[in-house]
Amino acid sequence: MAEAREPRSVADGSIAVVEQTFRAESGRALATLIRVLGDFDLAEEAVQDAFVTAIERWPRDGVPDRPGAWIVTTARNRALDRLRRRRTEAVKVAEIERAASAGVEGDVRLGGESRVADDRLRLIFTCCHPALPLDARVALTLRTLGGLTTPEIARAFLVPEATLAQRIVRAKKKILAAHIPYRVPPDDLLPERLDGVLATLYLIFNEGYTASVGDELVRRDLCAEAIRLSRLVADLMPESTEARGLLSLLLLQDSRRDARTEPDGGLVLLEAQDRARWDRAEMDEGMALVERALAQSGGRPGPYAIQAAIAACHASAAVAADTDWAEIAALYARLAQVAPSPVVDLNRAVAVAMAFGPAEGLVLVEGLRAEGALAEYHLFHATRADLLRRLGRRQEAAVAYERSLALATNGAERAFLERRLAEVRSAG
Amino acid sequence: MAKYLLLIYGEEPPAPPTPAQVEAMFTEYDAFSVGIEKQGILRGAEALLPTAAATTVRVRDGKSLVTDGPFAETKEALGGFYVIECDDLDTALGAAAKIPGAKSGSVEVRPIMPMPERAG
Repeated sequence: MAEAREPRSVADGSIAVVEQTFRAESGRALATLIRVLGDFDLAEEAVQDAFVTAIERWPRDGVPDRPGAWIVTTARNRALDRLRRRRTEAVKVAEIERAASAGVEGDVRLGGESRVADDRLRLIFTCCHPALPLDARVALTLRTLGGLTTPEIARAFLVPEATLAQRIVRAKKKILAAHIPYRVPPDDLLPERLDGVLATLYLIFNEGYTASVGDELVRRDLCAEAIRLSRLVADLMPESTEARGLLSLLLLQDSRRDARTEPDGGLVLLEAQDRARWDRAEMDEGMALVERALAQSGGRPGPYAIQAAIAACHASAAVAADTDWAEIAALYARLAQVAPSPVVDLNRAVAVAMAFGPAEGLVLVEGLRAEGALAEYHLFHATRADLLRRLGRRQEAAVAYERSLALATNGAERAFLERRLAEVRSAG
Repeated sequence: MAKYLLLIYGEEPPAPPTPAQVEAMFTEYDAFSVGIEKQGILRGAEALLPTAAATTVRVRDGKSLVTDGPFAETKEALGGFYVIECDDLDTALGAAAKIPGAKSGSVEVRPIMPMPERAG
């Protein structure tokens, strides 16, 4: 009996190693194969083939010393087999063979780690190239660099699976047809392209963090992927303050995740959150990162570093009343300089009102009202209504609450606004 | 290496440009052409006469239908093109951004379909 059981437990053990290797190495193997083959689909098929081969062989022959390197080498060989079967021109096969063996063996010789990391950075710049539509950048980044499957991404973005698959197919075709390069852009293009990468990652995070619909677990996955990929970019581009700023911002926002929803799913405003439920480890890491980003920026932080600094102001207040609103107002003023937007101006007005009183805030809000850019934004009217209410101008407040209600669609927000409207009406 | 067609679109001026304007435009385009020739990526280029000079032909059921004007009446018309051959899209986009017409109109960067070499 014992003898009969032995081989099976060895086999189970090697299957577990295949599974572990798949989780840990498939993304890296894919990035390397895409570099050496220059073809997303072929690389994906080859990596899958290599894992299928591993399931057959490892239980029989034992697990190789370096499973990741074995997968890359096997995938390279399978890709070449596929090319030969497709009767690709002999010259092309020979060319890829040369490039592939040079590339793959280079990795094996170098121990792979730094080279592989570079492959993933190259891949993220390719997936976030401005020649691809934004929705395709998001889908392709999550599919190739993230650990998410097409159905998972489709569920997270509430689009039919076929639509999402189509987006990915089109993006891959365009990468091939238009020769979108597979590399970290040269210095002259880097700032602009890095902005595109960071914006894509921030969008992925926000989709997971702020969407009010969808599967909670899948949305957590999106946030986790955005953080993981931001960490990759920040680690590989240590000279970029904005990459570090984004990672800090994501960690600080994510640290409040558990405290920002009620058991019934309703949103809890920042000042009402139970700060004991904020994730201490994420907060500490985010705070340390933003300090480094600010120190590194030489007094000229970019938008992500500034937003992270604002998030850090909230994180460092033990209770809501301790929040340094004057500092937050100053940071919003800086943010308005580097990334002007009426929404930033509105946030600044709120911070000014918190720091220096509702009358000061209202001056800024009335200025924005004259500009008119936020006329259709329900939170603009809600903010103005709140300031008017606090100044005792109840009739004007009621009109502003009504305007906000006419534009608001979120149920929880509407309930809150209706409560306030009833208050100012009854007191008036 | 890949080939790209850079299509230059712009609004056609309501009145013909003055000789001085034409001169200035040619000087700018010459400088650009010399630049990409030195870069080794220039394969061809032409400037087009205005769409007022265009005629469109369609063949339906074996019959030619000839109509006056361009294929599509749009605000921005095709005014000229370059053919370049370079490593990747980024190089092509870099060249496109330097085309004088990109400042007022737009430049579409289209990969040219690679054709298998024909024997003989």
